Amino acid sequence: MLDQIRTEQSRNRIIVTVIGQDRVGIIARVSTILADNHINILDISQTILQEFFAMVLIADMEKSAIELSALKEKLSQLGQELGVKIEAQHEDVFRYMHRI
Amino acid sequence: MYSINEVLETIRMVQEEKLDIRTITMGISLRDCADSDYRKSCQKIYDKITTRAANLVQAGEEIEREYGIPIINKRISVTPISLVAESSDAENYTAFAKAMDRAAKEVGVNFIGGFSALVHKGFTKGDRILINSIPEALSATERVCSSVNVGSTKDGINMDAVYRMGQVIKECAERTADQDGLACAKLVVFCNVPEDNPFMAGAFHGIGEPECTINVGVSGPGVVKNAVAKVKGSDFGTLAETVKKTAFKITRMGELVGRAAAKKLGVPFGIVDLSLAPTPAVGDSVAEVLEAMGLETCGTHGTTAALALLNDAVKKGGAMASSYVGGLSGAFIPLSEDAGMIRAAEKGVLTLEKLEAMTCVCSVGLDMIAIPGDTPAETIAAIIADEMAIGMVNFKTTAVRIIPAPGKKVGDHVEFGGLLGHAPIIPVKAAGAAEFVSRGGRIPAPIQSLKN
Repeated sequence: MLDQIRTEQSRNRIIVTVIGQDRVGIIARVSTILADNHINILDISQTILQEFFAMVLIADMEKSAIELSALKEKLSQLGQELGVKIEAQHEDVFRYMHRI
Repeated sequence: MYSINEVLETIRMVQEEKLDIRTITMGISLRDCADSDYRKSCQKIYDKITTRAANLVQAGEEIEREYGIPIINKRISVTPISLVAESSDAENYTAFAKAMDRAAKEVGVNFIGGFSALVHKGFTKGDRILINSIPEALSATERVCSSVNVGSTKDGINMDAVYRMGQVIKECAERTADQDGLACAKLVVFCNVPEDNPFMAGAFHGIGEPECTINVGVSGPGVVKNAVAKVKGSDFGTLAETVKKTAFKITRMGELVGRAAAKKLGVPFGIVDLSLAPTPAVGDSVAEVLEAMGLETCGTHGTTAALALLNDAVKKGGAMASSYVGGLSGAFIPLSEDAGMIRAAEKGVLTLEKLEAMTCVCSVGLDMIAIPGDTPAETIAAIIADEMAIGMVNFKTTAVRIIPAPGKKVGDHVEFGGLLGHAPIIPVKAAGAAEFVSRGGRIPAPIQSLKN
């Protein structure tokens, strides 16, 4: 039961990752795409990983009309423009894999 | 929250290491489709499959989009057709296979399994007709897969069926000679066949199964290989632990997708099959996992031990990741479907004998192996008998999916295309076993069967 409630809560949460050379405006550009699609950012963390910039962003798609696959496409295009790799994945995938 | 390393690990698995869900397979019972008029029965079968599985492909694609995890195949397994067709007046069951094929095409699945018979203790009328129909059925259809269970630990081995399957395999190859004997790639001979296996060509919907169910097969040799490569030089405890943890993560994806699919389709979730299933794509190979453990080439001395460790660790990790584990659950070693195995066989390091030894410690058996086209049916039957004996004595599933490629000799190559891959022809022994396999009757169940 508890498991089910948790699933419901995280149903529309996604995790966006950006990996690449750090440069001005990455977070701004990513947040613009998310805001334009009514996706609420819940948490952002970033770090430098072996000289690479890595950002992980958790967002809520509850009020968004866009499909995850379409969002992935948009983010991937932005990634190409900025010379970084941007991925978006459903939170359940991480929860299932890393939490027992 | 998740650490950045955890997040990146998952992203890497999907993006670079080809983590995917190999198949979601819908099991459908056809027990209510029997009819004395075979045409009516075929119509019932077509109608039931196309109704039950109408949304299968769509549901799979939705899950792919929602979770961002590729689902490679959507498939269907049905009640062994021998059981359904038996009450009909048909003298040949090809019409049933054609009905399955049409239904599979209609709902958009690439394979449908269940043109099957269970004859480990003997044949009924329906079993005989089904087995006689296999060559025609598999050459006249595109998507239908067939399997025959000829032995079990509890019952021994039906050697009449083993011999007959040697002949059937030859006939299948001859009927599809222009495609290197492709029909044989859709036919599996089993010992201790599982009733909830989601993987083709051996999938069928067993008689103890519910009306409809979703079974999931995971993949992930690429993920395991990279994990193994990272612990180069460490001891076996660390190696096993690494595989175990990785298998846990892979299987969790299967559990997630299986549950999502079952919910979407409104049918009960069956099992996750823990098998490590390779594809011909580079980096998706079980042989490469074994080589990453420190073997120069898969098939050399040490391969059986490496595979035993791999298979066990995969099961230990996977068993904890899913509430319901079933199917074949182990590492697959299909020759033509694994780039590393193909390479090893071309070098002559991986031989039929070594593959047979490897089947003692992993799931399934001699899988997708191409042998010379002039191999006699009796020799094929003897190869099957050996493999069935391994399964019977060791309380495990074993299988034979072997292709005597018409007109091909050792050194030649066969090409099946797609997931079925390509393979070099590997040699079999020239000394015959005809007198042995044609004795007739059953090999009695081993003493291990007396457990009560």
